[in-house]
Amino acid sequence: MTDKNVAVSVKNLSKSFGNVKANKNVNMEIYKGEILALLGENGSGKTTLMNMLSGLYYPDSGQIFIDGKEASIQSPRDAYTYGIGMVHQHFKLVDVLTAAENITLGEEGKLNIKKATAKIKEICDKYGFEVDPQKKIFNMSVSEKQTVEIVKVLYRGADILILDEPTAVLTPQETEKLFVVLKNMKADGKAVIIITHKLNEVEEISDRVAVLRAGEYIGDMITAETNAQEMTNMMVGHQVTLNIERPEPKEPKPRIIVEGLTVKDIDGITKLEDVSFIARSGEILGIAGISGCGQKELLESIAGLQHVESGSVKYVNDDGSVEELIGMNPQDIAEKGVALSFVPEDRLGMGLVGNMDIADNMMLRSFRNNGSLFTDKKTPHDLAETIVDKLEVSTPSIETPVRQLSGGNVQKVLVGREISNAPSVLMTAYAVRGLDINSSYTIYDLINEQKKKGTAVIFVGEDLDVLLQISDRILVLCDGQVSGIVEGKKADKNTIGLMMTRLEGGMTNE
Amino acid sequence: MFDFLITFIPRAVGQGIPLLFGSTGEIVTEKSGNLNLGIPGVMYVGGICGVIGAFAYEQSGNVNGFLAICIPLLCSLIGSLLMGLLYCFLTVTLRANQNVTGLAMTTFGVGIGNFFGGSLIKLSGADVPSIALTKTSAYFSRSLPFAAKMGWFGKVFLSYGFLAYLAVIIAILASYILKRTRPGLHLRAVGESPATADAAGINVIKYKYVATCLGCMIAGLGGLYYVMDYASGVWSNDAFGDRGWLAIALVIFTIWRPNVSIFSSILFGGLYILYMYLPTGMEHMEVKELYKMIPYVVTLIVLVVTSMRNKRENQPPLSLGLPYFREER
Amino acid sequence: MNNKKSEPLFHVIKRDDMTRGKAWGIRAISIVAALLLCALVTTVLTGDNPISVYATMFSGAFGSARKTWVTLQSLSILLIISLALTPAFRMRFWNCGGEGQVLMGGLAAAACMVTLDGKLPNALVIIIMIIASIAAGAIWGFIPAICKAKWNTNETLSTLMMNYIATQIVAYYTVLWESPKGSGKIGIINQNSNIGWLPEIGNKYLLSILVALLVTGFLYIYIYYSKHGYEICVVGESERTANYVGIKVPKVIVRTMLVSGALCGLAGLLLVGGINHTITTTIAGGQGFTAIMVSWLAKFNPITMIFTSLLIIFLGRGAGEIATVFELNQSFSDILTGIILFFIIGCEFFIRYKLVFRSGKKEEVKNV
Repeated sequence: MTDKNVAVSVKNLSKSFGNVKANKNVNMEIYKGEILALLGENGSGKTTLMNMLSGLYYPDSGQIFIDGKEASIQSPRDAYTYGIGMVHQHFKLVDVLTAAENITLGEEGKLNIKKATAKIKEICDKYGFEVDPQKKIFNMSVSEKQTVEIVKVLYRGADILILDEPTAVLTPQETEKLFVVLKNMKADGKAVIIITHKLNEVEEISDRVAVLRAGEYIGDMITAETNAQEMTNMMVGHQVTLNIERPEPKEPKPRIIVEGLTVKDIDGITKLEDVSFIARSGEILGIAGISGCGQKELLESIAGLQHVESGSVKYVNDDGSVEELIGMNPQDIAEKGVALSFVPEDRLGMGLVGNMDIADNMMLRSFRNNGSLFTDKKTPHDLAETIVDKLEVSTPSIETPVRQLSGGNVQKVLVGREISNAPSVLMTAYAVRGLDINSSYTIYDLINEQKKKGTAVIFVGEDLDVLLQISDRILVLCDGQVSGIVEGKKADKNTIGLMMTRLEGGMTNE
Repeated sequence: MFDFLITFIPRAVGQGIPLLFGSTGEIVTEKSGNLNLGIPGVMYVGGICGVIGAFAYEQSGNVNGFLAICIPLLCSLIGSLLMGLLYCFLTVTLRANQNVTGLAMTTFGVGIGNFFGGSLIKLSGADVPSIALTKTSAYFSRSLPFAAKMGWFGKVFLSYGFLAYLAVIIAILASYILKRTRPGLHLRAVGESPATADAAGINVIKYKYVATCLGCMIAGLGGLYYVMDYASGVWSNDAFGDRGWLAIALVIFTIWRPNVSIFSSILFGGLYILYMYLPTGMEHMEVKELYKMIPYVVTLIVLVVTSMRNKRENQPPLSLGLPYFREER
Repeated sequence: MNNKKSEPLFHVIKRDDMTRGKAWGIRAISIVAALLLCALVTTVLTGDNPISVYATMFSGAFGSARKTWVTLQSLSILLIISLALTPAFRMRFWNCGGEGQVLMGGLAAAACMVTLDGKLPNALVIIIMIIASIAAGAIWGFIPAICKAKWNTNETLSTLMMNYIATQIVAYYTVLWESPKGSGKIGIINQNSNIGWLPEIGNKYLLSILVALLVTGFLYIYIYYSKHGYEICVVGESERTANYVGIKVPKVIVRTMLVSGALCGLAGLLLVGGINHTITTTIAGGQGFTAIMVSWLAKFNPITMIFTSLLIIFLGRGAGEIATVFELNQSFSDILTGIILFFIIGCEFFIRYKLVFRSGKKEEVKNV
């Protein structure tokens, strides 16, 4: 033992789901008074490992030691008694209850909301949070909800705090605030684990970084003694050139013209306000913005899935004639002869049917195509075989339900289907989220291939580096409004970052 | 009109109490996210177990008031508890489909009720297809001692057996616990979002088991009240009818609020027997069948209207009918 | 708080990898186990030995040509209702309203028989009956469907309510058409003229059996090979996916429930026009509910459903025979059915999950 106090240590921890080994013989230690960044690509088993610490999953084999004693964490309640608190990526809040009720949920003893409210206020004042304890969760914004989550863990007095990608939904300012809190907790002698895949955050906040790859523990490093390149190498296993191809657009012509698009959600909150832009053929239009600032609504409006308040979306045919897409549903759009493809963010909940096999999923777009009452099973089956073959989808068979495939393979199936009908417009939302480097490049190549064929590509992304390298132009959204459109080649990260948070920032190159 | 009300209200209350037990039990169950369609079966079991207990005790000869109440009560509670445990084992532990399990429980429960009911009728050697437990019933339906002296007030408010008051007390208590106490808060969280409750350290399995079993026991009392008090101790097969389903209808009608159920159940009880108060010898006696339809039509309308208005607070518990598995991905 | 807690003996994990054969093996084992328990219960209650219990049950269901025909006829009606509910279930629409839809179909048939007697030729009456029954069942399916499609009304609850509304409407007409007056029932309709009695094919049982076979074939193709069937499956799996590919979800919900209700109406027609020639409030006999379980047991597969409905009918008729022979109550079959259902419902767990025992873990750690 060194002079550092071990808070948690895990030995030979393994966990599998069906045939997928999420964690394989993981050994690691977490010290008191440090911030540990747990780094790894999506699907590398970070969340599974942390869920075992927080009692949501029970390990298949292996041991967990807390303060040197073996612990059996069978439920989140056990985890709390061991002083482990976790802020999950997907909020664990009950919508119809108030913030205070949610924060005190699971506590013992008599229900005393007044006392709880006082304690919540105290925590908020100490760290500078803003929470209305009486507000119901279903009336809250995303960042308000996360604040409630963090306050909940602090309220529980956790000694070991786990945060699963906490910054994904936060603005840079909110992230800064969070980091201040985390540093205070570290000073307090608490162990903080932050799951992330943003290297700049790792460098900014952590003392030590531990890396997982494909469910296995690769190693750890002192943050101050390493650099981004070394971390990336450990994460992906081999040197990666971060060059994404960007061919010059060939005679771009306007393909989609969006004018004054305004969208409100069911609660009447404005999601998009007066958005106008042009997407051109043979060009990739990147869309940047903090998550939840209107990207989803924008794509769904064009695809005919969103009720639109006002504005227009025009599709320009090759001969110059124009179709108004607003007011049409996806079937109408297809019947007009507009080959519009859309790779949505929610792959298994929207783009594909998890319980159907690959062949049946191919049918989703094309099952109406023949004139008879019956479905044609042969064509989709052939298409499935082609896609599995060409995109190197690793699957036991065509008849395997897509739910059983890994994230990268699911995405290959989805993108493969969407580009199979020679689209003239291709929209992708977070096309490489959760994918390993190799799958990501396969997807970039597929998108570029479409661009070369003259397809107008609208690429919504979260990783600014990728956006800057793949896009010809980047439209930056901020809070549902266009804060500017910049040239991909000329723009830099700082400008775009600024535009994402402030409307007046940045320049317009249009 | 006044005289009519004085005779009508106690009958409506008598009809309403089994529904109140049933709906309170089902509300407690549903708040934990379990949609127990086995409630009609559970109420049958609650009734017949009470009958079996009372029958055995009456056969033993001397009847003591205290035991005459306790034995059937205990038998009824144990019977419905076993049904609750069965439902929980299948849907919570084994995560089976709740609709199918519930319907199977109703088939099974009604079968148990009629089978043992039929056997007892044969055992008692009665020449009518029913069994009368008049001695036990006398204890169950004994009204408050001063009811007779209080005129119309006594008749409307004090003329019922103790189970009727128990039903009201349980409903008020359930309402209070759900709204104001920690177990109530936890239970609502379990029914809304078991994953969240679990992450907060609430024992989801325990809450589901306890709520569902308590719910079944409460509902089973409805069956007991029906036989012992309303039907004056006479069990005849299928007499309980579709009251179990009416209780489930009440849950929707009251939008998951046991305190509202107190009045609504009496209203439903009144609607259920309103046809009996139609002047007899009318030209069109068939109309009375349509009156019996009113509770269901009204419930359907309430169900549709609440879904139309779509207010977040008035919706069924979010996870109603869904099994929970912590390691689901 | 740091006291070492005992390790759980086992824990549960999900499995995706079980083969179909193995899954059906587990179901078969559970049915055998349930039958053993049923035999035990029967033995305790009757004193008969378990083997002869099943011999009695078998003779109750298939003991004579007539008994076999009746069993097959009951099977066909239950099968049609189960099939009718299946498209809705595949769409994850919990149609618990089979009972009401059957009743309304039967009522429509009876109405034609009562009101058209002597006014139109028999063939025409029968054609009108067929249309009326199917339409009546379809309407009863349409009402909850439109509420679900428009306002997302909970269909389990709304279809349940529709059942009792249907029961009371039938009760109303029972009084209205009472014959003889005061008897409280309708009696055999058109006893002399036989107007509206569905024609017999071969014998009086075969018609419903043939219809059931036709419906099975139709539904098998409808579900697995038609575009409608595909749309139903997509809507059932994910409404968002359905929207994404332009399937109009409300339209599919309404259309599927029209099919579901119409087939229930057909079952009502067979019950009234083909088998009973009268209508009562209990003519569906709870089969609308039993069918839910039959369909679910068969994993919503029309072919498998033949066997699951046979199992339920066999139990019902067999237990009925035991009840008669040993002078027990007819409700005995409900208890046996309940037991079997509980076993099958429970065994699904072992198909979807597996238990992992923690034994041997300690050595593993030492070895490293």
